[in-house]
Amino acid sequence: MSAHRLAPPSAILRHAVLLITGALILIPFVWMVSLSIKPPGEIFRASFSFWPEQFYGIENYTKALTNSPLPRYMLNGVIVCAMILALQIIVCAPAAYALAKLDFPGRNLLFAMVLIALILPHEVLSLPLFVLGYQVGILNTYAALIFPYVVSPFGIFLFRQFFKTIPDDVIHAARLDGLSELAIVWRIMVPMALPAIIAFGIFSIVSHWNSLFWPLIAVRDQSLMPPPLGIMVFKNGEAGNDYGPLMAASTLVVAPLIIAFLSAQRWFVEGLTGGAVK
Amino acid sequence: MAAITIEKIEKSFGATPVLRDVSLDIADGEFVTLLGPSGCGKSTLLRILAGLEVQTGGSIAIGERVVDGVRPKRRDVAMVFQSYALYPHMTVQENMAVPLRMRRLSSIQRLPLIGRFLPGTKAVGAEIEKDVMRTAKALGIGHLLGRKPGQLSGGQRQRVAVGRAMVRQPAVFLMDEPLSNLDAKLRVQMRAEIKELHDRLGVTFVYVTHDQSEAMTMSDRVAVMLDGELLQVASPREIYADPDDRRVAEFIGSPKINMLEARVRDNGLAEIAGTSFAIPGDITPGISLALGIRPEAFHLVEAGGDNILTGAVRMIEHMGSDLYVHLAVPGTEHPVIARLLAERAPQIASGQTLHLGVKPERLLLFAADGHRLRPHDHASATVLRMKERVQ
Repeated sequence: MSAHRLAPPSAILRHAVLLITGALILIPFVWMVSLSIKPPGEIFRASFSFWPEQFYGIENYTKALTNSPLPRYMLNGVIVCAMILALQIIVCAPAAYALAKLDFPGRNLLFAMVLIALILPHEVLSLPLFVLGYQVGILNTYAALIFPYVVSPFGIFLFRQFFKTIPDDVIHAARLDGLSELAIVWRIMVPMALPAIIAFGIFSIVSHWNSLFWPLIAVRDQSLMPPPLGIMVFKNGEAGNDYGPLMAASTLVVAPLIIAFLSAQRWFVEGLTGGAVK
Repeated sequence: MAAITIEKIEKSFGATPVLRDVSLDIADGEFVTLLGPSGCGKSTLLRILAGLEVQTGGSIAIGERVVDGVRPKRRDVAMVFQSYALYPHMTVQENMAVPLRMRRLSSIQRLPLIGRFLPGTKAVGAEIEKDVMRTAKALGIGHLLGRKPGQLSGGQRQRVAVGRAMVRQPAVFLMDEPLSNLDAKLRVQMRAEIKELHDRLGVTFVYVTHDQSEAMTMSDRVAVMLDGELLQVASPREIYADPDDRRVAEFIGSPKINMLEARVRDNGLAEIAGTSFAIPGDITPGISLALGIRPEAFHLVEAGGDNILTGAVRMIEHMGSDLYVHLAVPGTEHPVIARLLAERAPQIASGQTLHLGVKPERLLLFAADGHRLRPHDHASATVLRMKERVQ
């Protein structure tokens, strides 16, 4: 229960605004789900209804799963996202620890560079990365999808901010207990920063699961494509104007994210605000 | 088992000196307290001992071995922190097992999942568990082993922190204000427990605090630090009754020692606020002194005269067993505080004029630079000459 309650008129106004913005964000999703269970004839009907007259869901979803290699795309998505996240944590946690807790010349300069990298949009780097990937010879492989994201300035920044809130005495105690610096990172800092790690994990997974731009550049092989790129190819190539199966495929692609987010919501919020309030 | 030799330690953060030429010998099994106000460098010195900070100059030896540049874990010291510094994601049992696991298991054996299937891990693990259990029982936290630090009270966390330090049987215990986060009652109790622990283990304790009652009650010797300097190292009794320096005298003792500015008139007589005081020793006339008088050194007398301070009662504090009487003595800057027996209370009222006598041997004399002048020093000139030689 909040500490102060609003007077009814302003409470109504506030809730109305919240409901409308919430609805604006939700409608496309609801529309997508609604279309995914409608037969083709109903999709382009002038009249407006969320629920189909004739339930066509099974056909649409079967088509989505069988006409395109959607399971393959999803598997690619899982492999790429898991690898990116694992490597990001492996790289970012020690870097963030060094920036937060170790004293060495040039630390502030390095942190400033991380901040600059945070400002740059990833798209700016796509051409150099493409050339680099070509030179190294990893284009059109999983490595091409994973490697540009391994060093995440956002991850370093977020972890550093969280690590800063951990008292130095804990690190001193760990050193006296005989832990090496890397052991401190993995056995003390990372478990203590779990909310931040989970928040970062959600961010990372959502953005790379949904990523379209870089995979479009990096891979050609259908068997390597992550879900959004796969759906795009599916739309252009085979489905044509068959929106029912397309929406079914989209629904299937978003579903894992929604489930993951809802189950990790508590940590997610805590991780983003944890450093600020304490 | 280890004695500690601290030799000419210097430390500065940037251009700011924190420790200046600190030297101290600590005997094996001794309980030494570093006492000083916050910011005096006592915690820094402790961290240097632990190897968590590197000194700018000087050298430290623990048990014959010079440990400069030796990593904290190789120094055989354990530390208890003011904030306890427990690992919040581990249970009490895991917290206490960490130092043992790091020492007894190889890095491969410590790996998650794989480690426990390697030969030997299980046996060592069982032994660690047994040692943790024994230490926990000794500290009365055996029933808390499954809990996490967040579920414990301050006193329990404190015990876990002590347990984690104790479990690996270090040669030296370092404690950095371990009691300052506890409430007053628990602090007194833990004070006794730590002292008892020291007696039982017989290892060297270096204890940092700003609380003089902790220092006085627990230590074999107290090292008083101020502004990065070690002013005096002596037994609690000596520190209180026989301070070397005005700053030590003023820091130790509650209520604070009365400091009266005086001018030496004739040999053996000093003038304070218009009255003459016989002072011990043989001090050259004309120089300025500070006379330190502990509140309990006063006794009530009937009438004024030489060696007696006269003033009006400004405030009376009843402390139960004692009475602190604040006296406004004309010619002195601060009120003079006398500690009298509580039975005197009915005879004393605010505003009343009191006469306080003091025996010459209870006077502590300090030169203008804060240096203590002792009765057996022949003359202030001798003291000054000696000081010149030192410098």
